[in-house]
Amino acid sequence: MDNNLFKPGERVAVAASGGKDSTVLAYVMSELNRRHNYGLDLFLLSVDEGITGYRDDSLETVKRNEIEYGLPLKVVSYKDLYGWTMDEIVKTIGLKNNCTFCGVFRRQALDRGAALLKADKLVTGHNADDIAETVLLNILRGDIARLSRCTFITTGEDGPIPRCKPFKYTYEKEIVMYAYFKKLDYFSTECIYSPNAYRGFAREFIKDLERMRPRAILDIIRSGENFRTATSTKMPEQGTCERCGYISSQKLCKACLLLEGLNRGLPKLGIGRARGTNGLNKRVEQRNLRSERTGSNIESKQCGTLDF
Amino acid sequence: MASCGGGGGECHQSHCQRSEEDGGAEEETRERVASLSFAGDSPTSSATGDGALERCTKCGETVAAAAPRAVNGLCAACFRAYLFGKFKLAVTTNAMISPTDNVLVAFSGGPASRIALQFVHEMQCISLKNWDASKSQALPVFGVGVAFIDESAISIGPLHEMNKVIAQIRSIVSTLSPAHKELHIAPIENICSTSSNDGRIRLNELLDSVTDATGKEDFMKYLRMLTLQKIALDNGYSKLLLGSCTSTIACHVISATVKGQGYSLPGDVQYVDARWEVPVVLPLRDCTAEELNKLCHLDGLELLQLIKRPSNSINSLVSSFVARLRDENPSRERTIVRTAEKLRPFCFNKFVENTYHEFVPSRLRCKFQNINNSETALSEVLCPLCGSPLSEPEVQSLRNIQEKTQTPVENFAAHCCQSCSFQILPKGAESLQQFYTVLPQSVTVRVTDGTSDHSQLGELIDDYLLVVDDDDDDGT
Repeated sequence: MDNNLFKPGERVAVAASGGKDSTVLAYVMSELNRRHNYGLDLFLLSVDEGITGYRDDSLETVKRNEIEYGLPLKVVSYKDLYGWTMDEIVKTIGLKNNCTFCGVFRRQALDRGAALLKADKLVTGHNADDIAETVLLNILRGDIARLSRCTFITTGEDGPIPRCKPFKYTYEKEIVMYAYFKKLDYFSTECIYSPNAYRGFAREFIKDLERMRPRAILDIIRSGENFRTATSTKMPEQGTCERCGYISSQKLCKACLLLEGLNRGLPKLGIGRARGTNGLNKRVEQRNLRSERTGSNIESKQCGTLDF
Repeated sequence: MASCGGGGGECHQSHCQRSEEDGGAEEETRERVASLSFAGDSPTSSATGDGALERCTKCGETVAAAAPRAVNGLCAACFRAYLFGKFKLAVTTNAMISPTDNVLVAFSGGPASRIALQFVHEMQCISLKNWDASKSQALPVFGVGVAFIDESAISIGPLHEMNKVIAQIRSIVSTLSPAHKELHIAPIENICSTSSNDGRIRLNELLDSVTDATGKEDFMKYLRMLTLQKIALDNGYSKLLLGSCTSTIACHVISATVKGQGYSLPGDVQYVDARWEVPVVLPLRDCTAEELNKLCHLDGLELLQLIKRPSNSINSLVSSFVARLRDENPSRERTIVRTAEKLRPFCFNKFVENTYHEFVPSRLRCKFQNINNSETALSEVLCPLCGSPLSEPEVQSLRNIQEKTQTPVENFAAHCCQSCSFQILPKGAESLQQFYTVLPQSVTVRVTDGTSDHSQLGELIDDYLLVVDDDDDDGT
């Protein structure tokens, strides 16, 4: 309420993976919508990355949610959008940078799905723990641009679809307890391809911190909101991708670039730092690129999207 | 990475002077270094093959590499010159020490403050030599003093240990000749009261009323700063030099974030912190603890073995987190500090213009605050305990409380930042009142010290202020 996230009559797509965060989100959104007459048109939007033994199972959960909560479901798949499933991608490139591909593809997939549904907004189940982790990660990586944006409750207002994170101040523990006591139906296994993501460092630290001082998670978010970032920090210029028309700061959007690499048998294309403005001139990083954009590896958490 | 830092020529000079003075200390160092790698305790010996000799990447000398990969195979002399270069660059680029200054070096006995002391001493020696050689002797040589805080009042170690420690410090300071350095040893309880016994009682009462382990540690840190400021003020020092290094600052960046102090963070990580009466400078900001440790080892510098009390605080959790990150990637600490550097500093991160400012080369004039700048006139409201500038919501809440009549205690508590309010101030009106009574005067006096005047001044001139664009402080 305080953040004026929604207006009556809006079409809102709820990103649903079948995990605890998105299940609770869907449940709570539909309950509040009903009880307080928000007048929102709610939909479930799910992404099928094509991961056998993981996504196909969690999608069953979402289909059950569709029936249980009475919210129409749309599933968008990597296969349809890009011609590749994650299983195929991993077979081609191995387990090193797979989370980069998945993250980039999912962000676009959600936007495209939301556009197909003619949604005005997209909501995701990112909780306080996720955002605190992201603040820490951005500090560790020196990403001042993301650091200044990652605590916004609504992002992408100047992009294709604005996204918001209503659970920004909700602890993961609270979500787990809510799901447990309300006996909500969710899927809790980690992605079978999740590697030793760098996010794991931050996650472990935050868990230890929470044990010592529970309010520290919210304090991290507060710090993130209050950081004195220079207003003239260089933000990349926003244009559109030549190939698919998606929002992009380079000639080709990241998804098209990665796809190009996959299709041409150049798995490292698009991985690592860009040199110059020509999107095709990338060089491979010397160190292992630990995928910074992955979700955490625990408990059905939907893999992190990129728009922090 | 293998460069000797900005003052290349001067580094070489200082290096030469050292070997002149010590007659072959350089040789000794090389032998020591060589014996180190043969003993197999240097990680590079395994990388290069047991005790294999390689060339220094800077000067090409064939010696066993002095340091692990982190310093790119420099020989001991070049490694030393590299660190000294960073120190000197920080000092000169930020106009940290002027010839008329009296610099107080805070000495804790650890490697960083030991190196800080050593390097300041060497800079002083160079200035002395130059002064000796100059005909006019117009500009004086800056003075150096050393401060050590005696924490035996709250220490867990036996009392006679402190006497040993103090004797050690005296001996260390006496080796730093020529140029006499005054040594100031101040018991921490003096900040609470001039009478030692009364001070101890008050200090222990204060610490007992802080129940949060992290709060207690941080409170001690603030009391230490107040003690150093007191020593500096009482003895006519114009600058306070701390040995804070990259590693300490990286830990502080994470701890401050975790305590909700994101707004005030940029103020703590700059080279200069002029919010204190005696401005604080951090010339070792760009050196990591590992580098400083290595240098102490190479130079055989004596360090104090002080018993540290076991800690179960957020600060120690952060230290181990940063240590894990460092193991995974040695340059992570620098990246963390660099991120904090991209945040907008405060006006107090520049020196206030003074008479010396006119002698500073024009390219360095920007290091001084422009007193005509409106930003300086509307100074931040500072927390009386930790000195952090209050964020907008905190100031708002303070103003709301100030509108109603309040007692001095309530006024004091309202001025504290939310982190100090949570982790230091006792909960409950009675315990808070008692805490306030025992607080050192130097703390309580900071609240009535013109912060309200500043806000009134702000309101007075508000109508006349032009809207000023933010500085083009491009963080990238």
